[in-house]
Amino acid sequence: MTVAVRIPTPLRKLTGGADEVNIEGATIGELIDNLEAVHPGMKERLCDEHGEIRRFVNVYLNDEDVRFLDGSKTAVKEGDEVSIVPAIAGGK
Amino acid sequence: MSESIVRALKCRECGQEYPIEPTHVCEFCFGPLEVVYDYEKLEGKLTRELIESRPQNMWRYKELLPIDGEPKVGTNNGFTPLIRADRLAEALGVKELYIKNDSVCYPTLSFKDRVVAVALSKAVEFGFETVACASTGNLAGSVAANATAAGLKSYVFIPEDLEQGKVLGAAIFGTNIIGIKGQYDDVNRLCSEVAGKYGWAFVNVNVRPFYAEGSKSMGYEIMEQLGWKAPKHVVVPMASGSLCTKIDKSIKEFIKLGLIEDNGTAVYGAQATGCSPISKSVKDGTDMIHPVKADTIAKSLAIGNPADGFYANRVIRESGGWCEDVTDAEVIAAMKLLAETEGIFAETAGGVTLGSAIKLIESGKLPKDESIVLCITGNGLKTQEAVVNEVAKPRVIGASLKEFDVLAEADGVASH
Repeated sequence: MTVAVRIPTPLRKLTGGADEVNIEGATIGELIDNLEAVHPGMKERLCDEHGEIRRFVNVYLNDEDVRFLDGSKTAVKEGDEVSIVPAIAGGK
Repeated sequence: MSESIVRALKCRECGQEYPIEPTHVCEFCFGPLEVVYDYEKLEGKLTRELIESRPQNMWRYKELLPIDGEPKVGTNNGFTPLIRADRLAEALGVKELYIKNDSVCYPTLSFKDRVVAVALSKAVEFGFETVACASTGNLAGSVAANATAAGLKSYVFIPEDLEQGKVLGAAIFGTNIIGIKGQYDDVNRLCSEVAGKYGWAFVNVNVRPFYAEGSKSMGYEIMEQLGWKAPKHVVVPMASGSLCTKIDKSIKEFIKLGLIEDNGTAVYGAQATGCSPISKSVKDGTDMIHPVKADTIAKSLAIGNPADGFYANRVIRESGGWCEDVTDAEVIAAMKLLAETEGIFAETAGGVTLGSAIKLIESGKLPKDESIVLCITGNGLKTQEAVVNEVAKPRVIGASLKEFDVLAEADGVASH
């Protein structure tokens, strides 16, 4: 299925400036791999050396943080919206 | 010894290093940046005697704080009393209890004066003229006071429903105080956006790595005041979780520099049950922090999405510590117990810390026969709403000795 993936400002230089790209995939993990195929360099920004989504990268599936769903195994369906948002490393 | 031993800003996640600049996020993996030091440059130079010879403020440890040369702001801040709390210890059935009393920290009566002194000194070094913060109260007051004393302009952003004492304790200094309709986490998100757009030094955003280091001074003082020793157990209130991690860092640094022996210190985190994402993660045996919506009278600790939650969790578990959290009623009871046994009027966060320590003692997590330090981080006069209806009102009589005699007799006190 094709899913719209929103790209945060710091990563747009990897997508030629695009703030949203349409990507094929059945799970979040597949989306990331396919995103990497189209825009090389993306995966290592989003995932660590074990393939886990980095702690300070939030991936939202229709406004839910996938970390609290099924992580990279979270299933996606046609028309879903996925957003990649760097975690704000602020706080008192 | 004027050469700084600061080496770089380093990402806590991927290890990438960056030059010393007002920046807080790793460009590669978006992790938080931390100041790293070349400690070996201090070997043999930063001695107990040298530290003891210096004035009683936080800068007696200045080589371990990330400034260049002498501090520019908050030169008298810090160095608060460490009280041996024997009456409280007796009430709790423990042998050796200390209160690190930042409720009287100079100048704005909270431990924030430590982190702000570093942040603003660094902001001046970087050339900023306006400084700012997102705050649950104490930080706003500290930024406002320290900024104006240094001739800096300031904007402080707070949730609009803070305690009156916290609001007044910032507004009196002439800062621009902005109340946001929302929780602290909303304020913080807005401030990240404002920081990017307006080019101000936000102490807990773009200069956060330097700011956070100031908390280490609380740990250094505890160790020096215990006679160059780390306690076996230290209980720390948690909002973002940063203070926990910096107390732990301070101990490890003193061990590395040979200033103290390793005492196997365990770090414990204290939260309000109504906002306890870090405590929950530790108790559940996981390192995943689930953000919550805060609901607690301990507004100073009401951060539902704690930036240092993961790292606090790790410090607590690796050091052999634990977490506890307390209800609003337990917070109030603890505030009163601390005041009535030791004469210390702490704000709600102090009630959280003592209340959590009580639970940790009762459950056996905190042993009764080893040294315990409780970190009290702010003054009770700033959170009066929590206890104003919980204390006895004055008994009112006329200016008459007869009337007093009646009262005294009822109290069972004898006259001469």
